[in-house]
Amino acid sequence: MLNKNIYLILIISLVFAISFWIGFNVNLLPAEASINAPIYDELFKILFIIGLIIFIGMTIAVIYSLFKFRKRNDQIGDGIALEGNLSLEIVWTIIPSIIVLLIGLYSYNIYDRMGGMKELNHNHEMMSSNSEKIWAGISQTSDNEIAINNLSIEVSAMQFAFLFNYPKGNFISGELHVPVDQKVSMKMESKDVIHAFWVPEFRIKQDIIPGQPTILNFTPTKVGKYPIICAELCGPYHGGMRASIIVEEESDYNEWFNKNKKPEVNL
Amino acid sequence: MTISIDPQKTNNESLQPKGWLRYFSFSLDHKVIGIQYLVCGFLFYLIGGTLASAIRIELASPMSDFMPRDVYNQVLTLHGTIMIFLWIVPVVNGAFGNYLIPFYVGARDMAFPRLNAVAFWLIPPSGLMLVASYFVEGAAQAGWTAYPPLSITTPQSGQIIWILSVLLLGGSSIFGGINFIATIIKLRRPGLKLMQLPMYCWAMLGTSLLVVLSTPVLAGTLILLSFDIIANTGFFNPVLGGNVVVYQHLFWFYSHPAVYIMVLPAFGLVSEILPVHARKPLFGYTTMVFSIMGIVVLGLVVWAHHMFTSGTPPWMRLFFTIATAFIAVPTGIKFFNWVATLWGGKISINSAMLFSCGFIINFVFGGITGVALAQVPFDIHVHDTYFVVAHFHYIVYGGTVFIIFSSIYHWFPKVTGKMLSEKLGILHFIITFIGFNLCFAPQHWLGLNGMPRRVAEYDPQFQFVNQISSLGALLMAISTIPFLINVFLSLRDGIVAGDNPWNALTPEWLTSSPPPVENWEGEAPLVEEPYGYGKQFSEGK
Repeated sequence: MLNKNIYLILIISLVFAISFWIGFNVNLLPAEASINAPIYDELFKILFIIGLIIFIGMTIAVIYSLFKFRKRNDQIGDGIALEGNLSLEIVWTIIPSIIVLLIGLYSYNIYDRMGGMKELNHNHEMMSSNSEKIWAGISQTSDNEIAINNLSIEVSAMQFAFLFNYPKGNFISGELHVPVDQKVSMKMESKDVIHAFWVPEFRIKQDIIPGQPTILNFTPTKVGKYPIICAELCGPYHGGMRASIIVEEESDYNEWFNKNKKPEVNL
Repeated sequence: MTISIDPQKTNNESLQPKGWLRYFSFSLDHKVIGIQYLVCGFLFYLIGGTLASAIRIELASPMSDFMPRDVYNQVLTLHGTIMIFLWIVPVVNGAFGNYLIPFYVGARDMAFPRLNAVAFWLIPPSGLMLVASYFVEGAAQAGWTAYPPLSITTPQSGQIIWILSVLLLGGSSIFGGINFIATIIKLRRPGLKLMQLPMYCWAMLGTSLLVVLSTPVLAGTLILLSFDIIANTGFFNPVLGGNVVVYQHLFWFYSHPAVYIMVLPAFGLVSEILPVHARKPLFGYTTMVFSIMGIVVLGLVVWAHHMFTSGTPPWMRLFFTIATAFIAVPTGIKFFNWVATLWGGKISINSAMLFSCGFIINFVFGGITGVALAQVPFDIHVHDTYFVVAHFHYIVYGGTVFIIFSSIYHWFPKVTGKMLSEKLGILHFIITFIGFNLCFAPQHWLGLNGMPRRVAEYDPQFQFVNQISSLGALLMAISTIPFLINVFLSLRDGIVAGDNPWNALTPEWLTSSPPPVENWEGEAPLVEEPYGYGKQFSEGK
């Protein structure tokens, strides 16, 4: 009996060790290029490790049972008439409940750190009227900060393109240029069907909905060019609906901005 | 004491065609209807599978080069709709439910045999109509979710036929659900208690409750959508002041429970198969019943996890995260119980057992990614990507379809009186298991790294992984060949099965194979311990 328990403990520790090793050494995610990304990757790593432990454990249990308890040719009759074990069943009700609850609380904490729990539907400088309902995606900032030092961009999506309006420069661009390490606040609206704004390297996504503006805030942390991908089926050319976000040093950004800036037209 | 049967039915008995012709008739026999569901479903599975192959061929190269882009969208829409509404839902509910439930409750037929036949005969015309819509003006191309405004702006005839077809299939599903509830509650043989029923009855009771509660919501939603399309109303049309997110709430109020409508019956079926081939009682009968009902209740309040990026208030995201993640608890209980059922058994390693164990492994994987997807911050990155595609194929293919095959290997001897070849069955399992995992496991990585779903073209850096996935799909297509050969060869010259080849204890095995029209020659047997292995049956074979 003691021998059996030692084997069990050995196998369980081995499953944990393998899961942790894979969790820390196998990277399944693209580059991290926003404040969100490392927070996301932390959550991913935890879920990945817990998932691996459960999956490897269950797989071993099934395959072991198939080998260990397979019917040999000379065997007749049935297995043991075991119809249940209440304490065992209570254990595997309570432990998963606790794990699920802890994961839930932890992901709440992650979401809060991403800024997802902040109310965003008021005081936005770009809002045309107070009655307009705006649903937020992820915000990284409080509303006051938005008003003070944010780069505000208006995104309109249509079949099959994104357009980025820079209200301060009075111009529209097909490429999204943003300075590194500065908060960007986008108000997005669709001209036709539902689209979605997704930058995998930023780990953010928000649907762009006709008739219902949405807000998405982020802070890029790494200079580079990343794809903007439409993630909601929007028609035949959905797969081709892409744009680029170019994260650049502030000086480069200012140069680009000033080159494109148009004087305000007073009608 | 026999169960009273529809008098009309016995009178008509002589008018019913005999032999294979009865499968093409408006038969009232639950066994004939069950087989009608199964064969019809399998034919649609072949169509849906062909469409899936077309998708994987298109995705073997990063350019959109195999078919026009709008045709690609039609193909993916039809693939999803056919696989869900014409293959999985009718087969795990209609086929096995009709065949098995009357046996399990000790009845001679379903409660409403005529309604039952109507429910089945709604399926072939609506399925054919759906497929035929391709030849009208192009099939629906807004995905199986048919989100407006896309579904309002794409060519109308295809979308309207799609709506009509799904409404008919939904109606068929509701008729079936009412019939199962009535049969399980009211037609039980005298002396048979609810807590003595085989687990599949409980699964079907839970599933039918979900069908009856949620399918009407889908029907209402689609009727409103059709008004928007043909009558220029503005329920969901933003141009006319409609709200597109409301459609998503209504749609997912049905379509998330639909996942349980596809999965709970599979949970029931595997609970029948494992004890027989492991020669052990089903572990934890009572907790299994409660976890089914727990899944039914929770399943109705988790729909908005499909909409975490749609624009929903933060509190709503939080609530649906917790509710969704908690479904893992009753589901987990069932999986631990199945492994405990295997533990200490005398397991026959045969095709039915292998497919069931493949189901456990695949579904645990899909369940784990499901708990991850329930977390809002996790979902925001991978929503609408190939990660989600991989996740739900692990649930509906790796889970439910594996159980459909397992069930076919298990009940084929009862239905036909012939055994299936184990060699071909095991070959079928090996190719399916390898092909399935090769096809869908790499798609998790694709989703995490930036490939959205429902695209005909993609970033060339993903080509190699997509080709691995397409290779897996090819294996899955090939795997149907040994299965079909097995079925036809065994039908012609398979070994005669006898009444009870597995020495099983559930009531369908206590009659001849195939069973007589009224299920038992004499009175229906009273089976108080459907899983009493190791007790009265310990002498075995």
